[in-house]
Amino acid sequence: MRIRAQVAMVMNLDKCIGCHTCSVTCKQTWTNREGTEYVWFNNVETKPGIGYPKHYEDQERWKGGWKLDGKGRLVLRSGGRAKRLSRIFANPDLPSIDDYYEPATFDKDILVSAPGGLTDTPVKRPYSALTGEPMAVTWGANWEDSLGGAHERADGDPNLARMSGEAAAKVQFEFEKTFMFHLPRICEHCLNSACVAACPSGAMYKREEDGIVLVDQDRCRGWRMCVSACPYKKVYVNHATGKAEKCTLCFPRIEAGQPTICSETCVGRLRYLGIVLYDEDAVLAAASIEDERDLLDAQRAVFLDPDDPGVERAAREAGMPDEWIDAAKLSPIRKLITEYRIALPLHPEYRTLPMVWYVPPLSPVLDAVCAAGRDDTDADDVFHTIRELRIPVEYLAELFTAGDAEAAGGVLMKLAAMRSYMRARTLDGTVAQDLLDSIGMTGDQVEAMYRLLAIAKYDERYIIPAAHAKDAAAIEAQAAAHGDCPVGGADEQFHPAVGSGLFRRTDGRRGLTLNPLRSRS
Amino acid sequence: MNTLLWVALPYACLAVFTAGHIWRWRHDQFGWTTHTSQLLESRLLRLGSPLFHLGAFGVIGGHALGLLVPATLTERIGVSEHVYHLVSVSAGTVTGVVMIAGLVLLIARRFVNGRVRRVTTTMDKVLYAFLAAMVVLGMTATVGRNMLGGGYDYRETIAVWFRGIFWFRPHTELMAGAPLVYQLHAIGGFLFLALWPFTRLVHVWSAPLAYLWRPYVVYRARRSPAPAPRPAPAVVRDAGRQKVSSDR
Repeated sequence: MRIRAQVAMVMNLDKCIGCHTCSVTCKQTWTNREGTEYVWFNNVETKPGIGYPKHYEDQERWKGGWKLDGKGRLVLRSGGRAKRLSRIFANPDLPSIDDYYEPATFDKDILVSAPGGLTDTPVKRPYSALTGEPMAVTWGANWEDSLGGAHERADGDPNLARMSGEAAAKVQFEFEKTFMFHLPRICEHCLNSACVAACPSGAMYKREEDGIVLVDQDRCRGWRMCVSACPYKKVYVNHATGKAEKCTLCFPRIEAGQPTICSETCVGRLRYLGIVLYDEDAVLAAASIEDERDLLDAQRAVFLDPDDPGVERAAREAGMPDEWIDAAKLSPIRKLITEYRIALPLHPEYRTLPMVWYVPPLSPVLDAVCAAGRDDTDADDVFHTIRELRIPVEYLAELFTAGDAEAAGGVLMKLAAMRSYMRARTLDGTVAQDLLDSIGMTGDQVEAMYRLLAIAKYDERYIIPAAHAKDAAAIEAQAAAHGDCPVGGADEQFHPAVGSGLFRRTDGRRGLTLNPLRSRS
Repeated sequence: MNTLLWVALPYACLAVFTAGHIWRWRHDQFGWTTHTSQLLESRLLRLGSPLFHLGAFGVIGGHALGLLVPATLTERIGVSEHVYHLVSVSAGTVTGVVMIAGLVLLIARRFVNGRVRRVTTTMDKVLYAFLAAMVVLGMTATVGRNMLGGGYDYRETIAVWFRGIFWFRPHTELMAGAPLVYQLHAIGGFLFLALWPFTRLVHVWSAPLAYLWRPYVVYRARRSPAPAPRPAPAVVRDAGRQKVSSDR
């Protein structure tokens, strides 16, 4: 057994209102630079929908993630090592910038510099950030927001294509007949990362201490194999530097014991951050389970229980600091995944063992309950809908349980039962023992789960141990060496792209710049 | 003049080649990249890039064979001059044509596609011009001289001079008598080596062969070797990028 700690995240999708605050604060922090205009380390997409980049979940096309070969061995879907190296001159699976979207900027200058006496109002026009030419904006990272255009496009959602024909045909995109929810996505910081496995130069790595997956900017040689290998399409090419970049899980903040910027600024308070312990030696076997529907349980089994004295001893022997073991015991992630078993991984069938899990949304089911003329506050009606009216459940199953509607439905029933139990408890003061029995949980557990999900106190959502005290001196020394960089390794620093702004005014001064860090003249 | 061209220039270029690589490796790891633009344009690249690279491998192999392997050695293993000539001309022509086809596609892509044009640095343009000139000269020598013309046995002259450079006994008189197209190709070749460390060609030395046997998932400690202060961003990259910006 090789015990390791991982900083993992859970998002409670019922609480996501699709405000994109996480995306915006992330972009302002990490990708507001030349070359990363199209890059969203955090994006929020509406489901059903084709996503960002377009159809990224269609692995027949993009060959992301892992698969089992004829002999049951785990191989990257894009092929073995030699085959992948033979394609290094032109990667056939690489998305083009148009699969993301062509980034635009606007000549806002015109609004203040237009000559007086015009009969028309000056209008700022979009310009391509790639060519500098005027362009029409026809796509973006959240173009399908709240099912916009879904009646034309959303049936291209790869998850619908995988559902049974009968069920998929019933998913409708007419107003008042459909369902939707928002899906915020960051890098999954997988235990079995396909991007790391695909990097020819070994520049991508998983940190031993906290499992954060990073690109060493000095060792990346721009082979761009990581971009296509990631099934979630969360590694990007910076087209100004020619290097790969990705979500860093805000490691400078994590090292200081703070939540990531997307979590910190989430207005819905739906994100949870904490430590999980896992056995590195068990990862390969778990990812190699034959039946896709057994992958969820296999992934749960990789986690170790920090309350087990044997595990605790092993962790100490491996040199894990006490704060980390304590944090693992208190971890909200462990509660949601292992104890309440209501958090599910996104697309476990990619076999990467993702470390950002989701509490699936009950709201599509409640919508269906109402549409069927039932009472969405009555647990029996909700249970009945989950069992009988399988449309949203089957869709959620494609996302979170490799199509296993039983497993997805079980989680939704727990959420529905918690809702009804707490309603009875609060309004009537009664304890609905039958509900507890139906989901196999105790009253205390349900109330604790309710507190974690609904009250969601800051201190309970984020249990992040600061980098160990003995490391603090090293961080200090680093900060002293760099001056301008208070925390974090020099290896992972992003070097700002050098160059001028997009538009040069005729007087030679720079007009618009996409990068606020550049000097403004 | 002979000494300048056939002794001083090669040594100067080799010195720049070596020192340039050491300097760039030490000071510009961040700029050491293929600088891929496949994200911006894929259709032409998917045809042009493999053609160019495969052709280039053949061309490099052919040069190694012609320049480094003495004629006496091939004779001894039973390859007559006539057979060698046939093989070198035919294989050289095929690989040369493949490389030219790839190069034409890659250069065209830089002109035709506005997105790629905009990320093309001055150094890229110099590199492409140099490559094109070298390929044209080389093909003129191979096709024009050895296939259609009377033929020229460079293995008795140029190859001997080339190997002499590394034994510090360059025979300048051998080069002075060589045909003009070979002389130009040789001069260009050394200048090309001098240019090499300052272009994106450095990615050749990072060919990721170790990928074939390393473990799939790489773990690394947060603070591996003690952090060294980073040098200022590389002059090479900055100079290149600044020029492009001012072209706009």
